Formats: sequence, structure tokens, C-alpha cells
Amino acid sequence: MAASEIAQRKQLLAVENLTKVFGTLKANDGVDFDIDEGEIHALLGENGAGKSTLVKMLFGTLQPDGGQILWRSKPQIITKPSFARQLGIGMVFQHFSLFDSLSVAENIALSLDASTPLSKVSEEAERVADKYGLSINAEAMVGDLSVGERQRVEIIRCLLQKPNLIILDEPTSVLTPQESDRLFETLETLRSEGKSILYISHKLDEVKRLCDRATVLRHGKVVGHCIPADETPSSLAAMMVGESIHTIRKVADETDKNREIVLSVQNLSQKPTGPFSTALKDISFDVPAGEVFGIAGVAGNGQFELFEAMSGERMQKDAAMITFRNDPIGHKSINERRKAGAAFSPEERFGHAAIATLSLADNILLSRHASDANVYLSGGILKIAKPSALRKTLSRIVETMDVRKSGENPDAGTLSGGNLQKVILGREFDRQPSLLIVDQPTWGVDAGAAARIRQSLIDLSKSGSAVVVISQDLDELLEMCGRIAVMSEGQMSEPQQASTVTRETLGLLMGGANAGQAA
Amino acid sequence: MTPEIAIAIFLTIATAATPLLIAALGELVVERSGVLNLGVEGMMVMGAVTGFGAAQITGSAYLGLLAAIICGALFSLLFGVLTLSLATNQVATGLSLTLLGLGASGMIGENFIGLPGIKLKAIEIPLLSDIPVIGRLLFAQDLIFYISILLTIAIWYFVFKTRAGLTLRSVGDNHTSAHALGINVLKVRYLAVMFGGACAGLAGAHLSLVYTPQWTENMTAGRGWIALALVVFASWRPLRIVAGAYLFGAVTIAQFHAQAQGVAIPSQLLSSLPYIATIIVLVLISTNKRMTMKNTPASLGKPFVPDR
Repeated sequence: MAASEIAQRKQLLAVENLTKVFGTLKANDGVDFDIDEGEIHALLGENGAGKSTLVKMLFGTLQPDGGQILWRSKPQIITKPSFARQLGIGMVFQHFSLFDSLSVAENIALSLDASTPLSKVSEEAERVADKYGLSINAEAMVGDLSVGERQRVEIIRCLLQKPNLIILDEPTSVLTPQESDRLFETLETLRSEGKSILYISHKLDEVKRLCDRATVLRHGKVVGHCIPADETPSSLAAMMVGESIHTIRKVADETDKNREIVLSVQNLSQKPTGPFSTALKDISFDVPAGEVFGIAGVAGNGQFELFEAMSGERMQKDAAMITFRNDPIGHKSINERRKAGAAFSPEERFGHAAIATLSLADNILLSRHASDANVYLSGGILKIAKPSALRKTLSRIVETMDVRKSGENPDAGTLSGGNLQKVILGREFDRQPSLLIVDQPTWGVDAGAAARIRQSLIDLSKSGSAVVVISQDLDELLEMCGRIAVMSEGQMSEPQQASTVTRETLGLLMGGANAGQAA
Repeated sequence: MTPEIAIAIFLTIATAATPLLIAALGELVVERSGVLNLGVEGMMVMGAVTGFGAAQITGSAYLGLLAAIICGALFSLLFGVLTLSLATNQVATGLSLTLLGLGASGMIGENFIGLPGIKLKAIEIPLLSDIPVIGRLLFAQDLIFYISILLTIAIWYFVFKTRAGLTLRSVGDNHTSAHALGINVLKVRYLAVMFGGACAGLAGAHLSLVYTPQWTENMTAGRGWIALALVVFASWRPLRIVAGAYLFGAVTIAQFHAQAQGVAIPSQLLSSLPYIATIIVLVLISTNKRMTMKNTPASLGKPFVPDR
């Protein structure tokens, strides 16, 4: 900040009264803010606050319905991404826009102008990569890279266009703490060269640490501009959410050795199940009744495969690899596991946990047709669904989980991510399962709904069930769990006590260090 | 076997393989852009009837070829408008295109049945065609044969070595990302679809102007489907399509020769050989998932609707 204050403040980009309407929803409602040269400016807001819509308008993939964009004090209509790039706006996407089947060099070539010969691209990319400490292999196929490496490719791709403004959309959501630190160093180098960065995030500590100024969005409106260094994380959070979020009541750490072991995984190994899948290597852990057990790790390190193995989507070589209340279930199907009292909630909401075009009541039947057949099905072998019973369950879930929806029994696809997740988890809570395994319970869910979901998970464990939470969100795990284990390249670390473990230790474990090195 | 017989056999194999090769190369470009056009059979048969008719009317086989190419491209444009601009289901639309092509060609060709055709003449390339054996094999063929070989090399170079080819592959791999980079996804796909249609039209004209210079209803006899299978067989790589096309061409010819020699195999079994070979090959290649996924255009068959 100091450097940019001494140099005269020079405005690079300004947005005035920008508005975008989708149907009846005002995704952006009269948004104003500006960015100076050599500034890292944060755009803070919850999921659904309108950050992505705003960015899409800046980058020309969406057209505003009102207001204007000023670039170096001149009004500009950004009709398409190529024009944004021509102005000097570069973008690193949240969900990477890379091409899996192409090489790193080919991916980079696509975003350069046609005058660069294909044979020169690798050379050029490696030069930029070295300058900013972003190591990559230009010949590798992108489909084989880790998430952190993919992000580096995205950043290099963006830098090669020599932008004056770089937009980063939730860049650290998929990185380990150490990878995030490296990213921050790169960003600080860029700032020192006079480049501006628009940093979109909902992580308050990052914003406070990195950003010179911040604009906070809520429900599509700017609720405030501030200097993050002068704020506390909780004052920033209050601006972002608009109310103070109640803190979660955590279970006391009881190290009662006599509690019944509900889930026991012993020496679970599994070969990769597809070309982009991770092998599971000798995983062992026990979860007693009353515990919330956390599984952390960067995406793609075997968490998905472990979930599939525990839920029975994929059966095990040896039945004893997974034991549920002293019963080896490795050879049992999903329905048999469910009937025995286990419940599962996968990461993907559509296509895995729920079907968008079916009503909520029908979606309840999907996960409970076997475990609660006597309640929901009639007619003996005909197995006719009982709509009245399903609706009754739905209204119970809606009430206990505070689901906001339009109509009595709408299609699952019409609900927002957070509300749908409440229904998906609610249908499992409603059974009072003795074991619940949930993958990414609050991914893409707004803060209010996330707090409610976490509280429900803790309440379930308090009532004597075992809960396994797989999540990439360390804060969430530290908040809820008794113990946390980390997955890295298909191996699981020793479980760590959540009350004593440091973020640094967890970060090192996520990066593949073994427990001895990390401690 | 004397060299003369070997040369004769190769020439007949080349004649059987050329239409498969051209139609499959065209479809490869279409599928590399992420569009699955199951209407190859229909576009081929339209090319066959148009080529035959235009040659009859003008008296020139070359004008027949030209007409077939234009007809194939226009016919595929119908598919393009439906699947790209109106985002209809590609599988259903492609199947309808085949049915439409078979029906329409039968109607157009009603008066052509039994007419003597105009055969495209072989072009002997001076000097080169005098080389023993090879000269006769490679340099004394018809124009479409030369086109098929040049087209293979050109498409290989285009897809893997040029910037435009890279753009084509990127659209087929991930159309959302390509759009975000500012690539006009629908334009790329329209061009690819029309190129595929032009190739299918040319392949059809080969049937009615070279292979059997006459018009009979339904004369493509499933070759469009073999061309589609060939693209998968070649795992979307142009040079492998040549191998596949000649292999299937050889199987077709082997069937005729076996019948002529009086081999005691039912003719129905022999004529089903190319399809059985296709199925075996599909099973074999699908066992290597990694290679398949590396080469398979990931957005194949998915409609692209740009953001609001």
C-alpha cells in the first residue's frame, strides 16, 4: 500500500451503477467501485451475493442491463472476452477453464493472439513461469495435473497476455495453505510491478492480509467499502453476512475409550477405478459413537474414492475391510448398508445426491426406498410409493431444517444450493442413522445455511451416532470435529486431535508430509 | 499369386476403402468439434443421388462430384441449424437426417434407376504411373482416390499442427472454456459440420460414379455407419482411419472373392463381417480407458447454449 500511496493514485477501472437482472432476481443492483493501479482490491461476499455476475460483466461474458464501466476514465462497452483482454483485463477462473485433453502449452497457446507461432509457446510460457516462481512442465497433459498446478497454468496463461488488471475468482478455495502462500507471493510481486488485482473471496483472513481495499457485496448490492487492514475478521464478516452468525456449540472432547466403535476401516486398499481416479492405500481408522470424525485434504486425493468405498457404491475385496457395528460390510450393497442403519450424503448434489427434475418428495424416496420400505411403499412386491407418507416426511424435514422453497413440493432443481443441501441432509437426519457419512456438507452453501447444517451434524453425534465429514474446508472441520485425518495421494494420515492440532500441521499433511515430519 | 492379381486385388480394395475413408475423415472433423452427426449415411446417399443426377444432366462426372459436395454440405447445414442454433438432441436429429436422406434420395432417384452411369475416368500421372507395380497402384487412379490421400494428410496436419486445428480440438474438449476464451463455438461447429457433410457427399458420389456407376435405391448399404464406427475405431486420429478404412475395404472384397471361389460360408455371414469387425474393435479399444479418454472429444454430443 505504501508504495502506491506515495506514487500518485491513478484510477484504472471504475464501475458505476452497474445492474444485471435475471428474470425477477437483481443479481447486481447499482454496483459502484473502483480500482487503482498497483492495488489489490478485494470483492467480498457470500455465495450468491453477485460477485461472479459482476466479474462476468467486467470480462465481457455477460452484458449489463444498466450502468457503465470506465477503463482509464473512459466509458467502455465490453462486448466479449477478447475485447476485455485487448483493454488489458485478464481473468483466472474459479472453476478452471482449462482443456483436459490438451497439453499445458496448447492450453496456453489458445489464449494468446494468433501471431505467436505454436512452436514458440512453450518457451514463452516457461520464461514467465520462472519469473514469477510458477514451476510447470509445458508438455504435460492438463488432465494429469493437480489442482494447484492447474491454477498455475491458468495464471501463466493470464500473465502472458500482459494484463494491467488481473481478476482472480476464489483462487485459494482448492489450495493447501502452503500453496496459498506461494500464490500470495506471486500476487505481491505483481503488485510491486504496478499491476492491479481484483481478488474475489469470502475468506476474511486472506483479504485482511493481502488486499489494500475491499468492496463488500450482499444480495447484489454494495454494502460498504473498507480498508481491510483497519477491520477485524468479525467486522468484515458482519458486513458480508449482514448479521452476526451464531457460533456452533461443539461437543466437549470426551476421550472415553469405552464408547462403541461404530465404523471401523481396516487396511482398505483399492486400485484406481478409472483414468482420473486415485488408488486407496492401506487406510485404517475407527469412529466411535458420539464422534464427528473429519477427513481433510485437497480435492482429488482419494476422498471421493473413500466415500464410494464406505457407502458401498464400490464394494471391497475383503468384507472385513469395513466393519459397521462389528458386522463386516465390505461385500454389502448400498441398500444393505442403509438398512443396517448407515446413511450417506455424497458431494455432488445433482446426479448423485438428488435428481433435479424430480420433486422433493420423490427425491426422499430415492434414498429411503429400501431402508424405510414399510413406511413409503405399499402393495407388496409391486412396491407402490405412498405420496402422502413422503409429503409428511418432507414437511417434517422442511420444518426442522428451515428449508426455503417455492410451492409445497417443487422440483429439486428449483431450490438454491443451500436449501437443497438442507433437504438432502434432512432426509438422512430424519432417519436417526447410527452412522452418517457426508462429503462436502457445506460446499457452495451460504453462511447461514452452513451454520445450521454443521449444528445438525453435531447434534446427531451428540445423540450417540458416529459422523464422518469429508471436507476441503479446514475451518469447518476444526469447528466441528473431535479428530481430523488428512488424505494425501490415497493415503490417510494419523488422526489428529482437533483441539490441539495446528493449521500448519494439517497443511503439511495435505501436501503429503507424513505425520512425523509434520508434528 | 501373380503380381497382376495382387495389383488387381489392391485396386478393388482401394475402391471399396476410398468412400469409407473420405466419409470417416469428414466425420472425424465434426466429432473433434464436439458434434456427433449420425446422419452420415443419409448425407452419403444424398451425395450419391445428386452426383449421379448432375452427371447425367451435364454429361460430366466432375460436375457430378461438385454437385454432390455442395449437396452434402447443404444437407448437413439442416442438421447444423437444428442441433447448433436450436440445440436439439444430436442423436435423434442425426438419425432423422439418415432417414430423411434415404427417403428423399429414393424419391429423387426414381427415374435414374436402370440408366447407364457415367464413370469417373482414371487419371494416369505422367512418369510416376510408369513405375513398376507402385505406379499402377498409386498413380493411375481416379481423382477421388488422390483426394482421399491428400485429405488424410491435410486433416492430420490441420488437426494437430495448426492453430485452427487447436481451436477445433478445444471446442470439442470443453465448449464452456472455449467460449470463455472468446472462441465462437457455434461458428467452429457449423464449419466442422458442413465440412463433414461435404466429405460425406463426395464419398457418396464415389459410389455412384466410380464404385458402381449407376443409381440404385439405398446404394450406400450401411457404409455411412461403418464410417461412423471407423472414427471411434481410429480413436479420433486421422492416420488410423486410413488403416481402418483399408481393413474394412479388404474385408468387403474378401467377401466377394470367397463367394466367387465357392467357399461354403453363407453370404449373409460374409456381408456382416465388417460390422462384426467393428464391434470387436470397439470392444478392444474400450478396454484402454485412458487412451480413449485422452483422444475422445469430451463434449461430444453435448449441445452448447451460450450464456445470456
